Amino acid sequence: MSNKADILIIDDEAQIRKLLEITLESNDYLVSQAVTAKEGLIKVANHPPDLVLLDLGLPDESGHTVLQKLREWYTGPIIILSVLSSEEDIVKALDNGANDYLVKPFRTGELVARIRSALRGAHIESNTPVLNFGTLQVDLVARIVKKNNEILKLTATEYTLLSLFVKNEGKVLTHQYLLREVWGPGYINQLQYLRVFIAQLRKKIEKDPNRPEHIITESGVGYRFTSTE
Amino acid sequence: MTTLFINIISKKKQVLLSIVLVFVTAGVCHTFSSYVGYRVIGFILLVTVSLIAMFFDIVPVLLAAVFSALIWDFFFIPPFFTFQVGSAEDSILLLMYFVVALISGVLTFKIRQIEKIARQKEEKAKTVKLYTILFNSLSHELRTPIAAIIGATDNLQNNNERLTPQNRHDLIGEISKASFRLNRQVDNLLNMSRLEAGFIQPKKDWCDINELIYHVIERIEENTVSQKITVNINPNMPLCKLDEGMLEQVLYNLLNNAVLYTEAGTRIDVIANIHADVLELIIEDDGKGFPEEEIPYVFDKFYRLKNSAAGGTGLGLSIVKGFTEAQGGTVRLENRSTGGVRFSIEMISETSYIQNLKNE
Repeated sequence: MSNKADILIIDDEAQIRKLLEITLESNDYLVSQAVTAKEGLIKVANHPPDLVLLDLGLPDESGHTVLQKLREWYTGPIIILSVLSSEEDIVKALDNGANDYLVKPFRTGELVARIRSALRGAHIESNTPVLNFGTLQVDLVARIVKKNNEILKLTATEYTLLSLFVKNEGKVLTHQYLLREVWGPGYINQLQYLRVFIAQLRKKIEKDPNRPEHIITESGVGYRFTSTE
Repeated sequence: MTTLFINIISKKKQVLLSIVLVFVTAGVCHTFSSYVGYRVIGFILLVTVSLIAMFFDIVPVLLAAVFSALIWDFFFIPPFFTFQVGSAEDSILLLMYFVVALISGVLTFKIRQIEKIARQKEEKAKTVKLYTILFNSLSHELRTPIAAIIGATDNLQNNNERLTPQNRHDLIGEISKASFRLNRQVDNLLNMSRLEAGFIQPKKDWCDINELIYHVIERIEENTVSQKITVNINPNMPLCKLDEGMLEQVLYNLLNNAVLYTEAGTRIDVIANIHADVLELIIEDDGKGFPEEEIPYVFDKFYRLKNSAAGGTGLGLSIVKGFTEAQGGTVRLENRSTGGVRFSIEMISETSYIQNLKNE
């Protein structure tokens, strides 16, 4: 049995599919392709891939609709590849269940890193007690965070925020999502809280808080947690 | 100046004013009518009408002409206080007065019409010239990188066996450079058309200026940067309520410009300060600076410095201006007295100093 992850590309542009196929196969992934929304949905149903790369501009159906249909039952990571670059489009796709969003044109190196991160995130078992991200270690049972093996003192809010991030590695979490999960539904427009706590958390967990390696800014959209490995 | 006058004063006011002017002149003349003859007074009134014709529209001028002729006849030409004219000579004078006043009015009006048409033609010629410049510039900026890509791939496909590994490596490098240039140009064009279409609405929310500046620098440093970028942010910088995406684009374009157009080793400074509720962002370098006479034009669409290196889009700075002004801010460019240029952005912003919530 192959332990290569398989990735389904749903995109109507032959050039993009070719480029993705070469990129992914040279990075040791198994690749299957779909040209239309209909074909994509059938392929996911017949043989659920480990990850889906989805274009939003499909000929037969809007990518947003495909995303919603997929999310009714498919739980694997979905990464959007689209030429649409407005914050509204990105937030909408993330709200509809996308894990990540890359605007075309993108660097293939960046795409591979995002795929790796998303696949890692998908394999975190809910009962894995201790998660390692380079020099950072998070024990979700004992609620202990260590950096270079030293225990970090985090406030309750900082810890809640960090645990949310580590449980969603590779996934872009929108401002509103984070505010709702950490502070509650009444706070979804209180972005100032999130800004302050992100800055505080970065000071504690990042090597250089100005050049963060774990909590990555997605301008106007939200934040994404990555491992440095 | 004539047009200025016409534009400032409405037609109704012009009518009123010309009648008042004729009346006042006639009144003044009446006080010394015993010293000068009524024929001299006729000339004085005629001069008044001519002056009115210089500044006012056709209708008030014609009114002034008719009105002043009637006044002259009624008050000054004997017999007084009647429209009757005593002598045949005076009848001819009155008729001639009337004709001269009308001619002077109509002539000045015609001259003005011709001036107006000439001005419109000139403006149209200017627009056509500007359009041609824009069009040529755009064709150049889009076609040059495409030419590089097609040329390089042709070589790699059809000429492969004659290329050295170094040649191949260089050609691939050219393709990469050209595609990034093309991408930048398309981004700028899309941003520009969003601005021009007028549906850019800033979406203001709380921003961490520190985070934003470093994020832009990281994006800039994705490509090789041979300059030294230093950051200096006021340590007590509050959160500011601004459009994060727009501000990021503004800073990106300014920094990208500095990196593209200054020599290796140049120092680039990014400075952020807050004065009450005004956020000030400065990007300056110690490079060669801009030619002083070109500074007023650098924010114009498709304007490129006369001796600037190839690869720019001519749109970067106009987007900086557009995005800054869309958020109610201002952008200024000056040469520093110590050399190099300084771009300063100022925008009024709501601020929040809730940084010290640490123990929540």
